[in-house]
Amino acid sequence: MSDARTSYLRGIRDALPFTVVIVPFAMMFGLLATEAGLHLYEIMAFSVAVFAGASQFAALQLLQDHAPVLVILATALAVNLRMLMYSVALAPHLGAAPLRTRAAMAYLLVDQTFALSTAEFERRPALTMAEKTGYFFGAITPILPLWMAATVTGAVMGRAIPQDYALDFAMPITFLAMIAPLLQSRAHLVAAAVSVALTLMLGFLPYGTGLLIAAATGMAVGAILEALQEKAKA
Amino acid sequence: MIDRTQFWLVVVLLAIGTYAIRFSFLGMLGNHPLPRWLVRSLRYTAVSVMPALVAPAVLWPAATGGHTDPARLSAAGATILVGMFTRSMMRAIFAGVVVLFTVQSLLG
Repeated sequence: MSDARTSYLRGIRDALPFTVVIVPFAMMFGLLATEAGLHLYEIMAFSVAVFAGASQFAALQLLQDHAPVLVILATALAVNLRMLMYSVALAPHLGAAPLRTRAAMAYLLVDQTFALSTAEFERRPALTMAEKTGYFFGAITPILPLWMAATVTGAVMGRAIPQDYALDFAMPITFLAMIAPLLQSRAHLVAAAVSVALTLMLGFLPYGTGLLIAAATGMAVGAILEALQEKAKA
Repeated sequence: MIDRTQFWLVVVLLAIGTYAIRFSFLGMLGNHPLPRWLVRSLRYTAVSVMPALVAPAVLWPAATGGHTDPARLSAAGATILVGMFTRSMMRAIFAGVVVLFTVQSLLG
C-alpha cells in the first residue's frame, strides 16, 4: 500500500466523527429549504453549487425576507470569508500540487477539511506532497456524500412535517448553536454582542444594510480587543 | 414565497464568490501572508454575522405577530448557554428545542 493511500485512509478515519454533526446540519438545511417552498432539485443545486452550509442558511433566511440580491450576497459571502483564512493556511502545504488538483481542493475546502488537514500537517511535518493531498481528499470523502444525502433526506422529511410546529424557530436555534461554541474569549463575546445590539438599533435602515454595518463593526471590535489583549500580555 | 429569479441569481453568484474565496490563495496567490489586522478580523466573521442575522427573529418573531414570545426567547438563551458551556453544536440545538417545546406547552 502506497504512503499516499495510507494518508488517504487516515483522512477518512479522522473525518468520521464529524459525520455526527454533518448529518443533522444538512438535514436541517433540506428541511428548512423545503419549508421555504424550494423544490428538491433547487435545494440540491444550491447545495452542490455553493457547498458551504452556514452561508446557505444565511442566504435562505434573507431570500425569505425578500432582501435585495446584493445584500444577500454580501451577507452570505461575509459568512464564507473565514475560508480565505483556510486558503491562506493550506497554500504553503498544498500550493505545489497541480492546478487541477488545487482547483478540486478549493471546491472541497470546508471547515472540516481545513481543521483536519492543518492539524495533521502540523502533527506530521515530514509528510510528502502526495501524502498531504491524499489526506485532504480522504478527509472530505465521508463528508461530501453524507452532506448531500442528508440534505435530500431533510428535504423529503420537510414535506411530511406539519407547518404549525414552531419550525420558524429552527433556523435561529441552528444559527445560535453554530456560533455559541465559538464564544470562548471576551473578544468573541463582545464582537457578537456589539453586532447584535447594532443590528437591533439599525433595524430602521432599508434592505438589511443595518446588519452589514453591525457585522463589520462587530468584526472590527473583536479584532481591536484581541490586539489590545496581545499588547497587554507582551 | 421565494422569488425564483432572485433565487437562481443568488445561487450562481454565491457559488462563484465562495469558490473564488476558497481558490484565492490555494489556487493563485500562493504563499503570501495576509496582513495581521485582516487575519484578526476574519476570526470574528461568524460570531458577528450569524447571531445578528437571527436577533430580530428571536426578539420579535413573525410567527407571534412580532410580539416577544417567552418560549422562543428562553429557547434562544438555552441554546447559547449550553453551546458555550458544552462547546457542542448538537447539544445546544437539543437544549434549544427541548426548552422551546417545554415552555410552549407550559404556557399552552
